[in-house]
Amino acid sequence: MKKTVFFGTLAAAGMSAGLVSAQTVDQITERGELICGVSTGVNGFSAPDANGVWQGFDVDVCRAVAAAVLGDPMAVNFVPTTGQTRFSALASGEIDMLARNTTWTFSRDVDLKFTFAGVNYYDGQGFMMKRSMGVGSAMDLDGATVCIQTGTTTELNLADFFRANDMEYEPVPIETNAEAQQQYLAGSCDVYTTDVSGLAATRASFETPGDHVILPEVISKEPLGPAVRNGDDQWADVVMWTLNALIAAEELGITSANVAELAEGTTNPQINRLLGSEGGMGEIMGLDADWAVRAISASGNYGEIFSANIGEETPIGLARGLNAQWTQGGLMYAPPFN
Amino acid sequence: MATTSEIPHKSFRLSMLLYDTRYRSITIQIFFLMLLMLGAAWLVDNTISNLQTLGKDFSFNYLFTTAGYDINQRLIEYTSQSTHARAALVGFLNTILLAVLACVLATVLGVIAGVLRLSKNWIVSRLMTIYVEVFRNIPTLLWIIIFGAIMTESMPAPNAFRGDDPSASMLFNESVAITNRGIYAPEPLFSRSLGNLDIGIFLISIDLLAIIALIVAGIYANRKLMVHATKVQNATGVRPTTWWKTLAILFGPAIVLLVALGFHLGYPSLQGFNFQGGTHIRNSLIAMWLGLGIYTGAFIAEIVRSGILAISKGQSEAAFALGLQPTLTTRLVILPQALRVIIPPLISQYLNITKNTSLALAVGYMDMRSTLGGISINQTGRELEGMMLMMLIYLLISLTISGLMNVYNSKIKLKER
Repeated sequence: MKKTVFFGTLAAAGMSAGLVSAQTVDQITERGELICGVSTGVNGFSAPDANGVWQGFDVDVCRAVAAAVLGDPMAVNFVPTTGQTRFSALASGEIDMLARNTTWTFSRDVDLKFTFAGVNYYDGQGFMMKRSMGVGSAMDLDGATVCIQTGTTTELNLADFFRANDMEYEPVPIETNAEAQQQYLAGSCDVYTTDVSGLAATRASFETPGDHVILPEVISKEPLGPAVRNGDDQWADVVMWTLNALIAAEELGITSANVAELAEGTTNPQINRLLGSEGGMGEIMGLDADWAVRAISASGNYGEIFSANIGEETPIGLARGLNAQWTQGGLMYAPPFN
Repeated sequence: MATTSEIPHKSFRLSMLLYDTRYRSITIQIFFLMLLMLGAAWLVDNTISNLQTLGKDFSFNYLFTTAGYDINQRLIEYTSQSTHARAALVGFLNTILLAVLACVLATVLGVIAGVLRLSKNWIVSRLMTIYVEVFRNIPTLLWIIIFGAIMTESMPAPNAFRGDDPSASMLFNESVAITNRGIYAPEPLFSRSLGNLDIGIFLISIDLLAIIALIVAGIYANRKLMVHATKVQNATGVRPTTWWKTLAILFGPAIVLLVALGFHLGYPSLQGFNFQGGTHIRNSLIAMWLGLGIYTGAFIAEIVRSGILAISKGQSEAAFALGLQPTLTTRLVILPQALRVIIPPLISQYLNITKNTSLALAVGYMDMRSTLGGISINQTGRELEGMMLMMLIYLLISLTISGLMNVYNSKIKLKER
């Protein structure tokens, strides 16, 4: 009995890990679609729309990568993952990349053996509660019941925050954002904590968003970005530079509207190298010359993706803030295409 | 003399391994054993090489690093600064607590429903049939989620108890509050506590040990008293009155001890966001307990019913002929015999309950699967180690339960000499 169980585990582990070593880009090309791990549904970041087509900020990163590699932004198979299952899914090769508002941390990068391909959203952890509770600051949360998604960095930050401020709390562990939303609205927790962007997205889906307030304290740094497995540098480069291409495109004034025209050739050598009319950068990376043109045409440059999904005109209504271009006082800074 | 050597010794040929029935079965067994070992070796090798490709090693050292997360239900001391091993222990104890509670509920419900389903009262037996069929045929997870949702959605939030004219009020003389976060009940406190016994891993309350010791001693003394009463009855024909002695033996010392320790109840009161003080029985525990207990109770009802039906009709007819009333017949004649049929399948129901506790994360109950097999794995990336450790622990729990139950089974089964 003991032996059977033992071998069973090894079998499961062995089979799921069997795919890891091969070249990811070749696999994707052969398969004809990119498998992208996303959240189980956070409005604006990744959620299926009424027609069942995935939409959102993280989803558009996947679509840009699929466009760069396969030439078709719709050739993506989206796999919903929870906070608990995402890393196993990525490590085992079940998904090619993870674009699921995942925080870039030391232990995930070094110990869990993942590579983060840059940051697509600079975030921080916050608290949301009902306005009627009359609490104005996170420092008044002593004794509160807090809903929290398990297996996340927010769980560790929360423990640290309450410990550092010598306050007590009652954690209510939750698996998905939808479940947290239901528990929070039913009042079985006083506070819901996650990244501020996630709180804003969740609040936007409430019937009366105005009844809920996001407390001013931001208790952590949460650089969110797409992640891939260690051990395949070419694939990591493709994801990282596709994201950089989107960010650089905004800085250089390339939009989904003018990208085709600019790809003909301009007087700006940066644009020419990015869009493949000189320099042969696509070939160096193992793709073709038009990779960035396709990536940018998929859903636009970084700024377009931001304003279409989570920007101030959307119900989620996030300001650019830290996520503005470095030229606008933000942190978005793509390394040069040289 | 040398008679044995005269048996003609045919030379052994290799083909005999396959064609000679004396060797064939052994050949086949050895062949399959080698295949099995090859398969195992391939799996181990594959795992090792894949872990290497991922750049991971195989080590349980992570168990002794700081966990960093909090657990709401703690039967022993635990903070976010404790180790992953400690978190696993907290989860393990939560698993055991839930399993024991659910087993008790399932047994009580199952025995009652199983007996009543055979009742001659049409309504009672039909009601029990409905209970059994409804609960048996819908998955456990759904029941757990349903009970969780009922508790969360239909009970008032703690702030409904606030204000001069609250919309909800506490029950039983302001001592019990049922909220959508669980039930807050009074807790036993001792003003002159004996303190705690530190056994290294956790603390045990000496008060509790003393009370348990007194109860055990009381039961033992009561049994002596009964034996004595029977002896007197056999000798004289008159059974001495024992009821007040029994009461005194069972409860007297315990009451004296409680008074000596300064026993009182700590009532929950609404302070800040939540009720403070008292015992907090969380929704997650209640949902898991009801879900597992009532679901498995339906299976146990069927086991009990089949056990009772297995006893021949002549047994109860004989009992009635002796003038025993139906309740006594059931208690003294039918159930003791039915137990022999009931216990073996009951063991597997207890095992099912224990294994089904691993559904706990569905309602946010922090059992071993949620701590050791959930958050710890997620924070450290040690899936293989965590899962293997967890499987080993569940295996040990299951073997322990079935071992204990088998001892009980061999005690009550028909003695054949």
